[in-house]
Amino acid sequence: MAKQMPKRSLEKVGFGVTGACVALVTLLVLALIVMVAQKGLSTFFKDGVDLVGFFTGTEWSLAHVDEATGLPKTGALPLIVTSFAVTLLSTAIALPIAIGSAIFAVEIAPKFGKKVFQPLIELLVGIPSVVFGLIGFHVVVAACKAIFGTQTGLGILPGAIVLSVMILPTVTTLSMDALRAVPDGYRQGSLALGYTRWQTIWHVVLKSALPSLMTAVILGMTRAFGETLAVRMVIGGAEVMPAGLMSPASTITTTLTTSMAIYADGSVQKDVLWSLGLLLMGMSLIFIMIIHLIGKKGAKSRG
Amino acid sequence: MANTRQASRQAAAACAAGEGAQASASASGLRVNTAHVVRAQRMDRLATGVLTAIAVFVMLIVVSMVGYILVEGASTLFSPGFLTEPSRSNGTAGGVAYQLFDSFYLLVITLLISVPVSLGAAVFLTEYAPEGPVTRIASTAIETLSSLPSIVVGMFGFLVFSVNFGWKYSIISGAVALTMFNIPILVRVIQQALEDVPQHQRDACLAMGLTRWEATVHVLIPSAMPAIVTGVVLSAGRVFGEAAALLFTSGMSSPVRLNFLSLDFSSPTCAWNIFRPGESLAVHIYKIYGEGSPAAQHIVWGTAALLMVCVLLFNIASRVAGKALAKRMTAE
Amino acid sequence: MSDVILGDGECECCGHTNDGVEVGAAAATCAAAPDCDGSPAGCGCDSAGVSVRERVAAGSELGRAAAAMAPTSEVVLETRGVNVYYGDNHALHDTSLAFHKGEITALIGPSGCGKSTFLRSLNLMNREIRGCRVEGEILYDGRNINTREENLYELRRSIGMVFQQPNPFHKTIYENIVFAPKRHGLRGKDNLDALVEESLRGAALWDEVKDKLHQSAFSLSGGQQQRLCIARTLAMHPDVILFDEPCSALDPISTLAIEDLMQNVVRDRAIVIVTHNMEQASRVSNRTAFFYMGDMVEYGETDQIFQRPRDKRLNDYLTGMFS
Repeated sequence: MAKQMPKRSLEKVGFGVTGACVALVTLLVLALIVMVAQKGLSTFFKDGVDLVGFFTGTEWSLAHVDEATGLPKTGALPLIVTSFAVTLLSTAIALPIAIGSAIFAVEIAPKFGKKVFQPLIELLVGIPSVVFGLIGFHVVVAACKAIFGTQTGLGILPGAIVLSVMILPTVTTLSMDALRAVPDGYRQGSLALGYTRWQTIWHVVLKSALPSLMTAVILGMTRAFGETLAVRMVIGGAEVMPAGLMSPASTITTTLTTSMAIYADGSVQKDVLWSLGLLLMGMSLIFIMIIHLIGKKGAKSRG
Repeated sequence: MANTRQASRQAAAACAAGEGAQASASASGLRVNTAHVVRAQRMDRLATGVLTAIAVFVMLIVVSMVGYILVEGASTLFSPGFLTEPSRSNGTAGGVAYQLFDSFYLLVITLLISVPVSLGAAVFLTEYAPEGPVTRIASTAIETLSSLPSIVVGMFGFLVFSVNFGWKYSIISGAVALTMFNIPILVRVIQQALEDVPQHQRDACLAMGLTRWEATVHVLIPSAMPAIVTGVVLSAGRVFGEAAALLFTSGMSSPVRLNFLSLDFSSPTCAWNIFRPGESLAVHIYKIYGEGSPAAQHIVWGTAALLMVCVLLFNIASRVAGKALAKRMTAE
Repeated sequence: MSDVILGDGECECCGHTNDGVEVGAAAATCAAAPDCDGSPAGCGCDSAGVSVRERVAAGSELGRAAAAMAPTSEVVLETRGVNVYYGDNHALHDTSLAFHKGEITALIGPSGCGKSTFLRSLNLMNREIRGCRVEGEILYDGRNINTREENLYELRRSIGMVFQQPNPFHKTIYENIVFAPKRHGLRGKDNLDALVEESLRGAALWDEVKDKLHQSAFSLSGGQQQRLCIARTLAMHPDVILFDEPCSALDPISTLAIEDLMQNVVRDRAIVIVTHNMEQASRVSNRTAFFYMGDMVEYGETDQIFQRPRDKRLNDYLTGMFS
């Protein structure tokens, strides 16, 4: 008999080692949240930037420092509006396509869906966002320029189109999972009553998969809201209130990319940028909360 | 699924029969509205057509995107020196050898950190996690991390690792930022893989007086290995193409000259020095995509094609590796 | 037949002592008698004692077999007033049973009656289920094992378990057997080889697999896999083996092989088997306990349980009124 660690100690070691991993990750996330919050909030408490003005002001220019107050123009409303505009618009474009193709791949051609469609769509997940941006820059922007006759072709609409393709795989694969989770008995029950396949899908399958489908859409929106470089490459980068779908604009994320490296740490400008980061973080926390609420509601309605 | 389709056909036949049976049906008080049935069937056919068209459209987008990149970039990709020469004049000339190396180097370091940590965290959450607030906080934290925009992770990485730790723009800062981006993906994949191992495998170990730790290390992880490998390789593909988290951490430039033979790990030109700045292929594309010169455009498309090929390889490798492992396990 | 003293002669629930009367299963039956009000008169020990005598007088092969074993039949494992809760759900009420060396005890009853729950309490496997709580005494080797201090890793080596689904590991046949002993510290190729042969012979599998010990356990048929799982358990040299519906996933021929195997294996240990199959219970077991809705309703020698059930619910179950 060789010497062996007593089982109880061994179990404690296992618990300790794996627990340390979880603790590390949790602490890292907590540190992230605390630091971003602290940096972001210091804009308002230390630098004296007006919190209401930050959310409602329409003029954003970090380079122009007001002589009297020593503060730059920090009205982030244009960025917030643009972020929401591209997110909602891209979701509106992607939603019917994603759910439609998910229905096709699960209900109409399940074998084809599993063997061909799913791998193809998963390939889309893996394409780097700069590549989406590049294609957007060369194809979508060029097309918009030709169609709408604007000078550059950059703007919110090409941004939303590129984003919609980017979130398409997320929403589609999650929707497919949601539809597959609907028990076959539901379908057979409906078909046996003489409903057509479409009636079955519309009244039975989609209805019972609704909470999971909503989760899929929210996750897609989360991704769209936080996406950075692909949007940066097609949206134009003008930090002004967007005048229309084809006018150059700038989202929260794209402003961060362009300005983050410019300003020194500790300056008001940098703190304002951290406030934008805090805003992004807050939005993704809200998205998570919505997903949890949907999950809870879905669980309740199922009993 | 197959019987659903069959059932649907039978149901349609039943509807058609309903027309003929109308007389008898109405006799018993049940009226079948023929027009309604016809309308429903027409709607069914229409919906099938529309849904098929949407799916075809999606597949066309994927295929044409991948095809477009590969076609645009092929000539540069196969031009001599593109993969073996360093870039010149700030990336607008020469090759992408260093960027390619940096991408893989970042990936390897990222995986070296994120795989063990994620494995540990996933094991804890599936095997040990006591019920209670601590576990709930931990899993919520991991979920939060997965939904954070990568730019926020990049900003945090910049603040903590580049500034506070004094690592400046360096490979290691970038790798740690990528680790944060990768951990939630990996934890979820590994957790799923461990949960998919049948419960009775765990029970068998415990019933023979073994610890959960031994069950996990010697039985569960080996059984889950195909799924874990597939997940890790797929996540590697995503890490490989990530750029936003790297802009402020590993920087936007590679050293002009890298020495692969140097073992002086503190030298800024030593390729293996993790404290030197580095630039991944994806960052490289972002840096020079706006350059107007035809030469720069060639490099952009060549780099995009290279990135695309790597992603495809990761995709194929994950499937092949997972299948091969699963086969070896069952055929042994 | 005066040597059939199986309990200690004391009624568990009311403390009424039978003073050396041949009580047979009386103690345990009494413990579970639902109408026991705690007084000697209400517990029905006497009548049980009588009925045992009658049964023995009537005679039966199994009964005789049990009687023949009786002198050596020591209690290996015993439960006293075991209650199991899943969260707020009280899944098993106050169960007291004793398991004897050399005997097979069958636990029968409809689905969800608590028999598997009870079985999983015996080797403390219920501790692995979140929210599950086991109360009461489980006596093994002269001590109560249902305590925090109990080394359950050591304990589970002595109380082995075979599951419903054959669950060999994704390893070779050889590795399947030596895996746990190695983890418990057994070293040396000779030792391991000897253990593999002994265990496989014990599970009547040696002749079938001796030439392919290094092939995957999944190359075996379902019945062979289950016998491999038994061999794996035998390799730990347990005093008790718990079988949780071991044949429900198997064909009839494999089932018979497992049943034969149990008869061989039981010689120097106790076996407890949960089964849905009443024919199986009557074929293999010496004693049977009937569970219903979380209560251990009736316990006795197998013949008595199947031929002359006392409780109406048991009678209904046996005659197929419910299952």
